[in-house]
Amino acid sequence: MTDPLVAVALGLVVVMASGVVLTREPVRQAIALSVYGLTLGVLFVVLQAPDVAMSQLAVGTVVLPLIVVLAIHAARRHRGDR
Amino acid sequence: MSSRVRMIVFAVGALGMVVLFATGFRRLPDFGGTFHPYGDRTVREALRQATPNVVSSINFDQRVLDTVGEELILFASALGAVVLLRAVDHEETESGTRHGHGAAEVFEALRLVGVVLLPITLVTGGYIVAHGQLSPGGGFQGGVVLGTAIHLIYLAGDYPALTRLRPVPLFEVGEAVAAGAFVALALLAVGAVPALNVAVGIEVGCALVLLIAKFFDQALLVGADGR
Repeated sequence: MTDPLVAVALGLVVVMASGVVLTREPVRQAIALSVYGLTLGVLFVVLQAPDVAMSQLAVGTVVLPLIVVLAIHAARRHRGDR
Repeated sequence: MSSRVRMIVFAVGALGMVVLFATGFRRLPDFGGTFHPYGDRTVREALRQATPNVVSSINFDQRVLDTVGEELILFASALGAVVLLRAVDHEETESGTRHGHGAAEVFEALRLVGVVLLPITLVTGGYIVAHGQLSPGGGFQGGVVLGTAIHLIYLAGDYPALTRLRPVPLFEVGEAVAAGAFVALALLAVGAVPALNVAVGIEVGCALVLLIAKFFDQALLVGADGR
């Protein structure tokens, strides 16, 4: 694991993963999750797995945060504080 | 559970994880090494089939039964979401238009970006599905891109247009038919990679659209008693 590019990509993933965990507000957490998905996609490209990177970019940066945000919205509506 | 107890539980779990992870990694070959027993065999088989994309050959030819399993997992989870999130008796769905405003007010730049990106993204998704047997990508990746592409309309602020663009029953039928076609193709025509890619692409795209549609419904759902 001496390739500097791999090290940088891994470092970004670690930073963003910690960012997701340390963000307390759910909506902001969803946005951080999206950026984290992006860094994971970069890591997969660097590790020469373009197929996985494509799935990761589409699912991890778009679909998952969108569903989280919609679920938060639904839960808040249900509680009445819009 | 107090935060002290929580930290202790976490510490024990993390310690076990570190030990297992470290011992697991000690026996792993180095990254970028030359010892690839599985890779050598699959590449040899793929070359014997004269396929240009080894990853697709593994996914849709050598290990197509695994892919059937993954496919049915996605199918089952989309089905589960549709059943769990259906509107029950005392709920009714609020269409975005009932407030009297059609499209929501968003920045013109955002609207423009959404409208311009929609056709480009759709074509890209189609390309990824159609060229899955030649280049990185394939049915799953392309299907996800297609499924998310039409939600650019929502990003551009026009939820009513999105609901017109995706009639849910059509996508339910599309998903079921594509899943059935994929299983039939996997059993009968092993190695028909482009056809399998198309079936997966349709199935995944429909499943995602359904899933997100149900979550949209849920976010816009109002109780009949005004909640």
